[in-house]
Amino acid sequence: MNFELSDEQRALQEAARGALSRHKTLEAARDALDGGERLDLWDMAREVGWPGLLVSEEHGGAGLGGLDAMLVLAECGRVLASVPLLGHVPATAVLDAAGSHAELLSALADGERRAAFAGAQPPGDLSQEWTADPRRGHARVPAPRAEVDGDAAVVTGEVAWVPDAPGADVLVVAVVDADGAARAVLVDAGAQGVTVEPVVRYDATRLLGHVRLDGARGEVLAAADTELAAAWYLGQGLLAAESLGAVERALEVSVEYAKERFTFGRAIGSYQAVKHALVEVLRRQENARSLMYYAGWARQDAPAEFPLAASAARVAAGRALDFAARELISVHGGIGATWEHDAPYYFRRAQLSRRLLGGMGSATDRVAGELLGQAAA
Amino acid sequence: MDLNDTPQQAEYRAKVRSWLEEHKHEAPVLQGEGAIEDEHEAVEAHRAWQRKLAEAGLTGVTWPTEYGGQGLGPLEQVIVNQEISRAGVPGILDAIGVGMLGPTIIAHGTEEQKQRYLAAMLHGDEVWCQLFSEPAAGSDLAGIQSRAKPQDDGSWVLNGQKVWTTNAQFASFGLLLARTDPDVPKHKGLTMFIVPMDAEGVTVRGLRQITGDAEFNEVFFDDVALDPDLVVGPVNGGWGTALTTLMFERLTIGGGGEGMGYRADRFARALASDPAAVRDPEVRKRFGELATDLLALRFTGYRILTALQRGQIPGPEAGMGKVTVVNAAVAAGDLIADVIGPDAFSLDDEWNYLISFLPGLKSAGGTEEILRNTVGERVLGLPPEPRLDKGIPFSELRDKEREAAGASA
Repeated sequence: MNFELSDEQRALQEAARGALSRHKTLEAARDALDGGERLDLWDMAREVGWPGLLVSEEHGGAGLGGLDAMLVLAECGRVLASVPLLGHVPATAVLDAAGSHAELLSALADGERRAAFAGAQPPGDLSQEWTADPRRGHARVPAPRAEVDGDAAVVTGEVAWVPDAPGADVLVVAVVDADGAARAVLVDAGAQGVTVEPVVRYDATRLLGHVRLDGARGEVLAAADTELAAAWYLGQGLLAAESLGAVERALEVSVEYAKERFTFGRAIGSYQAVKHALVEVLRRQENARSLMYYAGWARQDAPAEFPLAASAARVAAGRALDFAARELISVHGGIGATWEHDAPYYFRRAQLSRRLLGGMGSATDRVAGELLGQAAA
Repeated sequence: MDLNDTPQQAEYRAKVRSWLEEHKHEAPVLQGEGAIEDEHEAVEAHRAWQRKLAEAGLTGVTWPTEYGGQGLGPLEQVIVNQEISRAGVPGILDAIGVGMLGPTIIAHGTEEQKQRYLAAMLHGDEVWCQLFSEPAAGSDLAGIQSRAKPQDDGSWVLNGQKVWTTNAQFASFGLLLARTDPDVPKHKGLTMFIVPMDAEGVTVRGLRQITGDAEFNEVFFDDVALDPDLVVGPVNGGWGTALTTLMFERLTIGGGGEGMGYRADRFARALASDPAAVRDPEVRKRFGELATDLLALRFTGYRILTALQRGQIPGPEAGMGKVTVVNAAVAAGDLIADVIGPDAFSLDDEWNYLISFLPGLKSAGGTEEILRNTVGERVLGLPPEPRLDKGIPFSELRDKEREAAGASA
């Protein structure tokens, strides 16, 4: 039994925190909303080897596990850093599993080129469909369709709100073929029929794009549908990690302030109303951390549980961040809701994150579906 | 990360499993179909089962060998718990004694006390109960009023009342916290005693709860004479002794609610048997949220076990697990009752029991509010609330309280 981070993982965490501390990420989050340029830390990420975290060593990567990637994303989330890993890392995981395209993989591992994963939510206990995020509205849309001929595919369809799609060199797209089977297709972002429409909403640190494919030609990768599903859930786990990191920082700042600010002759943190709410943030934070560990462990050691583990981590961390961000504002009073304060950027991060990659509703439903499906079996 | 046993642990698990396989037909049925109905009979059968487990080395796993234990670590104890649960047999009768009170005596008792009490406790020959909480002192445990007065011959005379006492109706002994000096601040005038439950002046009365069952008791003490050799730890040093018990309580609860049957897969089975519920988005949402909490609890439990294995003692943050499990289980009971409808409250229905039991559990082992205070102060480092009782002799406290109540009225 060992369910804690290893020394190597702690070192990875510390190194990430150190590297990120040299950048004014929070100022950048504010500036970007004011129309300034997004502070893209891809070059920094390259220096410390993050693009190749999950790429195997033979392809020039670090050959690390899902939990390691989550730890890095948590550090990015702490300081709201904009590092395009949420889309890149799952894409590299699919390519690495496919085992082809060695040259591309090593360029992706090095960070010389960037990838994004235009994923689809895998079928669940009630539905056999692979579905993509729509541009707007509650109904999910079918994943892009592909006509497959040997290794060649012609893809048509749209995936909205794809993390890190703008500026990506290649896209790994989850498609459904004529037989209804899910396939992974590698598409060059510059290929004919590919449009990536950059979109900024509410949290300008977040690089997002609507990916439109109109008869775009791509290559079918030798990755099983289980790899596509795993990449979707890896995205859930990474988003959970990023949220967890933001919760940690929000709690630290809230606690600090609750000790300093006095009302009626007492620090506000001495009042139960404030104290209990901050303990609630801690409780949610630690629950999310345990589930992030579960997701990291399951990806490696119990793949059948990965959908449940990653979805649960996403639910716990997403709910924790919403609560923590609101509490961060409340503890600070009116000032917490002003543009000058950092709290609004955590709030913005929380609100947008909760709606990405299927949204919290889908993740919660997936937790239920996995358990109900197992119980019925 | 690795949830597997080490080779030594795997070997130990195999040994435990094979003993249980061989002997599980000897275990009494205490719950569900075919359960022994007569309470006395059930207790005696359970006692006999504890003796068998003790003889096989499956009780007091973490106790030192010189007191009949196995001298193993908390992880081996967890392995035994897991295997007992897997075999579908009851655990020991006296989990409170062996898990919390025995370890307190091992830590603070005299050698004579250890020789006299521990072996009989381990074998279930003498069951123990915990006499800490009182009607007017729960969260604020140091505010207890039960009074033990010293006599000229060195003995003590005890008067007062305890409450929420599990197993008192058949216990041989109780570990009791009493006030021995009211003229010092409240934490400083307490002493821990062993109380023979058959002593003259001890009255046990069952306390029925919402479930309709009497799982707890009230215990009354009228001029109960206690010999000097019944004091555990230093006279007026009882608060330190009590903290040891509470630490072991946390350790016992630390494993989480899974052992109590509050598991996501159990609730999933209940819902999955109703096809309309499985398709209902509201049911799925509510279940997804509460199941997430229960899963988090399981993996937090593994983090606590890892800490234990490394020789660390779980801090107060482990108490947050109780908040999570109780609230998630409450949500589960509520959801299942919504799905089943009024029939969920059939007398013999497991959900009837669960729903009725949980509101009380919310306060057991520390109320949610006191747990949040402790974690807020000890883990987050938030300042404590101003308090009225600091440095004030216990005997003057009531007047102070009255004064404060008057001032705010």
